[in-house]
Order: sequence, then C-alpha cells, then structure tokens
Amino acid sequence: MTSLESHIPSRSPSLGRRPLSRETVIGWGLILVLVAAAVFAHLAGEPFYVNLASRIAIVALAGVGLNLALGFGGMVSFGHAAFFGIGGYVAGIGAFHAFDQSPLFGLSGLPAGSDLMPVLWLSALLVCGLVAYAIGAISLGTSGVYFIMITLAFAQMIYYFAVSWPTYGGEDGLPIYIRNSLPGLDTNNPLVFFTLCMALLGLALFLTQRWMNARFGAALTMARLNETRLATAGVEPRPIRLAAFVISGMITGVAGALFADLNGFVGPSMLSWHRSGEIMVIVILGGVGRLCGPLAGAILFVMMETLLGGLTEYWQLFLGVVLLAVVLFARGGVMGLLAGRERYA
Amino acid sequence: MTLTLLIEQVLNGIQLGTMLFLMASGLTLVFGVMGLINLAHGSFYMTGAFVTAWVTGLTGSFWVGLLGGVLAAAAVGAVVEWTVIRRLYHRDHLDQVLATFALILIFSEGTRWIFGSSPLWLNVPDSLSGSVTLPGGVEYPLYRLAIIVMGVAIAIGLYLLISRTRLGMRIRAGENDREMIGALGVDISTLYTLVFALGAALAGLAGSTIGALQSVQVGMGEPVLILAFVVIVIGGIGSIKGALIGAVLVGVVDTLGRVLLPGLFKLFMAPSDASGVGAALASMLIYVLMAGILAFKPNGLFAAHD
Amino acid sequence: MRDPILALDGLDKSFGALHATRQVSLDLRPGEIHALIGPNGAGKSTLIAQIAGTLKPDRGEIYLERQALSSLSVAERARLGLGRSFQVSSLAEPLSVLRNVMVGVQAVQGSSYRFWKPIRSDADLVEPALRAIEQMGLGHRADTAVSDLSHGERRQVEVACALALKPKALLLDEPMAGLGPEGSAKLTELLEGLKTRVPILLIEHDMDAVFRLADRISVLVDGEVVAHGDSEAIRNNPHVREAYLGEEAC
Ligand SMILES: Nc1ncnc2c1ncn2[C@@H]1O[C@H](COP(=O)(O)OP(=O)(O)OP(=O)(O)O)[C@@H](O)[C@H]1O
Ligand SMILES: [Mg+2]
Repeated sequence: MTSLESHIPSRSPSLGRRPLSRETVIGWGLILVLVAAAVFAHLAGEPFYVNLASRIAIVALAGVGLNLALGFGGMVSFGHAAFFGIGGYVAGIGAFHAFDQSPLFGLSGLPAGSDLMPVLWLSALLVCGLVAYAIGAISLGTSGVYFIMITLAFAQMIYYFAVSWPTYGGEDGLPIYIRNSLPGLDTNNPLVFFTLCMALLGLALFLTQRWMNARFGAALTMARLNETRLATAGVEPRPIRLAAFVISGMITGVAGALFADLNGFVGPSMLSWHRSGEIMVIVILGGVGRLCGPLAGAILFVMMETLLGGLTEYWQLFLGVVLLAVVLFARGGVMGLLAGRERYA
Repeated sequence: MTLTLLIEQVLNGIQLGTMLFLMASGLTLVFGVMGLINLAHGSFYMTGAFVTAWVTGLTGSFWVGLLGGVLAAAAVGAVVEWTVIRRLYHRDHLDQVLATFALILIFSEGTRWIFGSSPLWLNVPDSLSGSVTLPGGVEYPLYRLAIIVMGVAIAIGLYLLISRTRLGMRIRAGENDREMIGALGVDISTLYTLVFALGAALAGLAGSTIGALQSVQVGMGEPVLILAFVVIVIGGIGSIKGALIGAVLVGVVDTLGRVLLPGLFKLFMAPSDASGVGAALASMLIYVLMAGILAFKPNGLFAAHD
Repeated sequence: MRDPILALDGLDKSFGALHATRQVSLDLRPGEIHALIGPNGAGKSTLIAQIAGTLKPDRGEIYLERQALSSLSVAERARLGLGRSFQVSSLAEPLSVLRNVMVGVQAVQGSSYRFWKPIRSDADLVEPALRAIEQMGLGHRADTAVSDLSHGERRQVEVACALALKPKALLLDEPMAGLGPEGSAKLTELLEGLKTRVPILLIEHDMDAVFRLADRISVLVDGEVVAHGDSEAIRNNPHVREAYLGEEAC
C-alpha cells in the first residue's frame, strides 16, 4: 500500500514541481559532509585525509557510472573495471608521452601525449565510449547470466592485454611522475584536486538526474522494468540500453583517469575483476538505482577500507561479511535504510 | 615447430581442458538445476588444493591428501549451500553475484588467515612421476596423462550419473520442471544440497590435482573460475555436454595460441615486438573466440534452455 | 466496400509438430470490431503475436494500410499504428498509470533520445497520455502505481497504453478475462464507443460481449478459420455450434 508520504497533489497530476524528497536532502547532506571533511582536513594540515576524500569522490564517480547501467538500466555489468582501467591508462599514457615529448604509442605521425587534464578526460570519454559501444553491442544480444559473464570476460580480455603489453609497464604498471595539470590551477594541492573530483562527481550526479527525468530515462526505466511493454509502446529497447551502457562506461572512465592521477600510478589492478566487483559493491552498499547511492556506498566502502584496514590486514574478510549481510538482509543498501523504499512518479 | 612438440602442446591443452571441465561441470550443473550463478566456485578449488597440500604434509601420502581435499571441498560446499546459497535460489542474478562475491572475499581472506600468505607446495606422487613414451615417440609426463584419463573417466561417470541413475533422473527433472520434482515427492532441498556438494567436490578434485603442478596459494581459484565461465558461456549454460566440448576447446585454443602466435608474428615483425604482440593477443584469444561464438549463438553452442 | 486497415494473407506458423496457424487470411476494416473466437489453444494469441511482431510467421504476410510488416520489429509496427493488449497484463508494476501510458506517446512523437527536458513538466507528453487514460475512464487513477490497481483497471490501462499510440488498428487479447460481469459491461461500453475511431481485432471468450460488439466474427479452430460472418450467421452456423459453442456450454 502507498504510504502517507506518497500523497498526491490531486488534479493535473504530474505537472509542476515536487517538494524536495528525503532522498534529495540526504544526497545533499552526504555531499556537504564530504566537502566539509576535506576542507577541515586541509585546514588541519592533514593531506592524507584530503586525499581520502578525493578517493571517495572518485570511487563514487565510478559508481555513478555503473549505477546508470546497473541500477537504472538493469544491466548487471561485471566488467566496469575495463572502463575504469582504460580511463586510468589514458591518463597514464598521455602523461608518459607528454613527459618525454614522444608521439602517442611511439608511432611517428601521431600527436604527442598531453598532460592537460581536460584533454585526458575527453580522451578517456572518447576511448571508453568506443570500447563500451563495442562491448555493449555484442553483450546486449544476450541477457541474464550470459550478460554478466560476457561483460566479465571482456574486462578480463582487456586486463590480460594490459598485463602482456610491455610498452606501458605490463604487469608492473605505469607511474605518472608529475600529476597532470590544469592551466591556472595547482593540481598538486590536495584540496584543489579534491575540488576537481568533487566538481566532476557533482556534474555527473546532476546530469544523471536530468537524464533519468527526461524521455531517455523514462525509456530506460521501462526497458529495465518491462522490455516487452517498451517495445509494444514503440521504442526499441536495445539501442536505449546500449546508449545507457556507453554513457555509463564513459563516466566510469573519467573516474579512472582521476584515480590514476590521485595515485600517480596506473596498473592492471585497475582493470582486474576484483575492481569490477568493488565498483559493484559500492553501488549495492549505497543502494541500487538511487541517485546518491554510489556516494553513500563509496563513503562506507572507503571508511571500512581505511578503518578496518588499519586494524587488520584481513579487513576484506569483514567486508565480505558486511556485503553478505546487506545482500541477504538489507537489500536497499544505505539509501534504502535512510530514505526508505524507492518511489516513482 | 616439430610435430612431437605440437602433439605435446595439444595434450597440454587437453589437460587444461580437463581441469576446466571439472570446474565448469559443477558450475553448469548448479546453474542448470538451481538457476544459481556461483562466483565462489573457485573457493572450492582452492579448498581442495590447500587441504590436499596440508593433509599430504601431515600423512606423507598424496592419495590420502587427495581424498581429504575432495571430501573437504564437498563438505565446505554442503555447509555453504546450507547456510547461504539456499537463501539465494529465489533471488535475482545480481544478488547471487554479490553474495557469492562476498563469499570469495571471506574464503580468500580466511584461508590467508589460516595458512598465511606464502604458497604451499605439493609434489607429484612417486607412482605418477616421470614420463611415458606415447605412440609416435612423444615423451609426455605421466601425471598430466593421468589427469587427462581421470577427466575422461569423470566425464563418462557424470554422463552415466545423469542419464542412468535415480539421482540423475531427479537432476534432469529439476532442470525441466521444479514444480514437477516437488510433486514427485522428492525432497528438493536435499537434492539441491547434494548437487551443490557434488559440484564443489569436482572443483576440489581439480584444485587437488593441479596443486602438484602449480603452487598452492590464495586466489589460485580465480583465473580458473573465469576460464570456466568462458567455457560454460561458450558451451551453453546448463549443458554438461557443452561444458565438456567448451572446456577442451578453450584449453586447446589457449595453449596453442600461447605457443603458436608469437612464432606466427615473427614471420612479419621484428622478433622482440613479435613476442610481445603475440603474447598479448594469445592471452586474449579465448575471449575473442567467445565473442565470435556468441555473436552467432547468443546462448552458446549447446544451450540447455532454448 | 472500403479498403481494409489491416490484412492478413495466408499466415502459417508451426511450433515443431504443432500447426498453430493454418493459412489464415482475414482483414479488419475501418469502423468495425472484428471478433476472433475459438476454443482454448486454437491459436488466437499466437495469431496476435504474429501480427504484433513478437512471433515470426513461417509463411504469409501482414499488411497495415497496404504496407507489408514482416520485416519490421515490434517497436516499428507499434509506431506505424498497431496497438496491442496482452492476454496476461504486461505493464511496469512500480510505475504510475501515467508513466506506463506516456512511453507510448513518447515513441509516437519521435525520439526517446532526449536527455534534458523533464517528462513531468512536458505537456506534449502528459496531455495526450492523460487523454488516453481518460478515454478508458481512469482519469482519477493516473498517478496510482499499477501494482495498486485492481485486475480490471489493469486491463483498462493496457488498452490506454495502446490508445496512446494513436493506433490505426487495435489488437485486444481477451480484455474481459477475469473482469466479472460489471467490469465487462463497463469495458464493453468503452470499446463500443472506441470502434468508430479505431477498428478493433478482438479476441474474447465472453460470448455476450462478442455478440453485442462484433460486426464480424471469425472462428478459429486448430489454427484454421472454420467460419466467418456476422453475429447472426455465426450463431446459427452448425459447424460452429458443434466445434465451439458446444464446448463453451460446458
Ligand atoms: N512459443 C510456443 N512454442 C510452442 N508452442 C506454443 C508456443 N506458443 C503457443 N504454443 C501452442 O500453440 C497453441 C496455440 O496457443 P495460443 O496461445 O495461441 O492459443 P489461444 O487460442 O490463445 O488459447 P487461449 O484461449 O487459451 O488463450 C497452444 O497449443 C500452445 O500450447
Ligand atoms: Mg490466448
């Protein structure tokens, strides 16, 4: 039965504004807490904690990407590390060639690398978009378990490629000696870097909300809930899904580029299937298909990693237990606990 | 490349295929009968290997260790089914993936806690060490040959189990119709526990036998698990026959690709580049194979549920 | 006689050994309700599925206003103006009635690849959808989640979804099933009002409704059209009485 809160303004139903939902309030709350924590840590002279906040924002951004496919589109991708890692390698390879002024991939004729963040972000968007298009075009011919396994397999394929391609470090990965730059800003300043991460996260959240409230989101939601209904209503489900999958991969790719800059390093571990699992875990801990779910999940995940990881080297054991408990007993994740069940209008 | 070397590599491919079949048959059985996707299947493989190494170390007998490893994997499988997995049968695949991913974390870290991070070693038993000369003059390690023979025996055994026995009848009924099996008065939860433990035992067997060829360490189950996924996706999820054919296909293609591709690229590239490119492509080969097969048959070669 | 809106020409479909559709040719003309009746398993739903595009016929062709449909997808056929309701309701349960109906409007108006304007404040979407909902007498339920609707209301939403497409032809698969006498009387009335605007191919087991609504009736038995005519002719057709109405009586 509908709860009291879902009281509906009587006539002319869905025209006009809705009051701020509890979910929106919580979302803003999370953002404010994170920003406040970063600023406070900066003032207290604790760059470690500022970087931790950056890490949260980046991981959340990766989750926002996956959430579009997984939560809003119902596509259980177990291969989003592919995009995260590719984004990272774009940043790493750009910096690598910018560092010694060599052309990309060492192929004369190609332009030199770049260490400008906007260029790298756009490249990450482009490359991840293309790769996501290729993976999605093949994988979306299947569904259910097949889709899960195929996305996993494609990510593994890229992982093994990175491991066995010696130019960019192979198994050992590729260091980024000097953090990529943005004209006019000191990206080495932890707070500046955090601000960049947070701005991109905020942009991604804003855009996702816009998209999901627009026609595209309506079609995507229907594709998830009832594909037959969508087709019967005259919209091809598969291209809608593919578009969402591509955008999803692109967002996660940008997160990867930021992550590589944060760590000053990119390696195959960014492409590994554990990473895919982690991004998924973040989305699930926060609440699948909830706009700010990935942010809540990222805060929880990074805090557990830091606090438990400080106590015991076996912290993933406890992560496993928590995750199992969430899946078995608390399916809505953090947002489900805080904001109640998801509501549609 | 000489013919004997080629034959040897094909045999290595089949041996890898045997391992993959042991993993994939359990996965596909569990999916076919219970509709469950189990990422933690690699943990049973790891359990088998660790217990075998440990018991062999205690008793000095590989065979006692092997038995211990298989039984331990089956027991762990049964307990996991009983405590966690049966809550997941009616959940969607996402929940199943996450819960079994959580199990991987628990198993891997738990094993690290108990056995430490350094790998264990297990030797090939004396009775199977050395090599044999096959017809055609190919020298081949006896132990690897024994693994292939064991794989054939298990494939035949599984076939007989499923087509000839009562348990097999119930398994087939379970695949076709969960309601009917209930109506037959079969205790369905016992059946599910049995099937799950059987799958775990096969994975444990794979881990136990491979332990004598590789180091026994945390995380060893994961690469095999992912290859096994490729196998069942290629073969068709739920089909034992598909698992067998897919396993041999993946085993042989992967092994030969690693041997042949770098040589192939040397024909038209500088040797140093060729080995890098060749190796990179070889490691991607089975995924390309999978994508190719799925582009034409989205449900795999022998889809059980059409 | 006016040109038919929808015409089936020699449709044929087998599921293995089961011959579900045998050389079926029939048509739907402007302003009429053409009822398709037949015993359970006769192949009625299978026929609708082939028209709508969810099943591919082995042979034969379907024309909507003379355009051949066989190479078109379900969605393309819907955009051309084939509205369909399912025998078992197929709606997005958690969404409101309005959201379910709006998707159809969105498709007819063109692109679903619009990423900016919120649908809730898009009068171009909301108003046609509300009109379709009101046509089915559900105006007061527009913001209710489908999962909170009664069985009968769901059937009405299905028809509203089809109407949102501004269809040229409606395919309704047992819209009265499970409605109870009151519900079916209400729906009968609604359909009667609708037929002048959209011709309807109606599958129905409720014979009272069929005889009241249908301008023409085709009888399908074992995938084959065994009789065809107006209500009177069908009522008196001995073949039909034996093959179908006889069964229906018990
Ligand atoms: N996808 C399918 N594969 C195999 N057989 C099918 C399939 N769909 C329908 N059938 C069979 O085709 C026959 C016709 O089914 P259909 O659903 O069209 O009957 P119907 O006339 O709509 O019956 P009812 O009045 O019960 O709705 C039935 O015997 C059914 O079992
Ligand atoms: Mg029917």
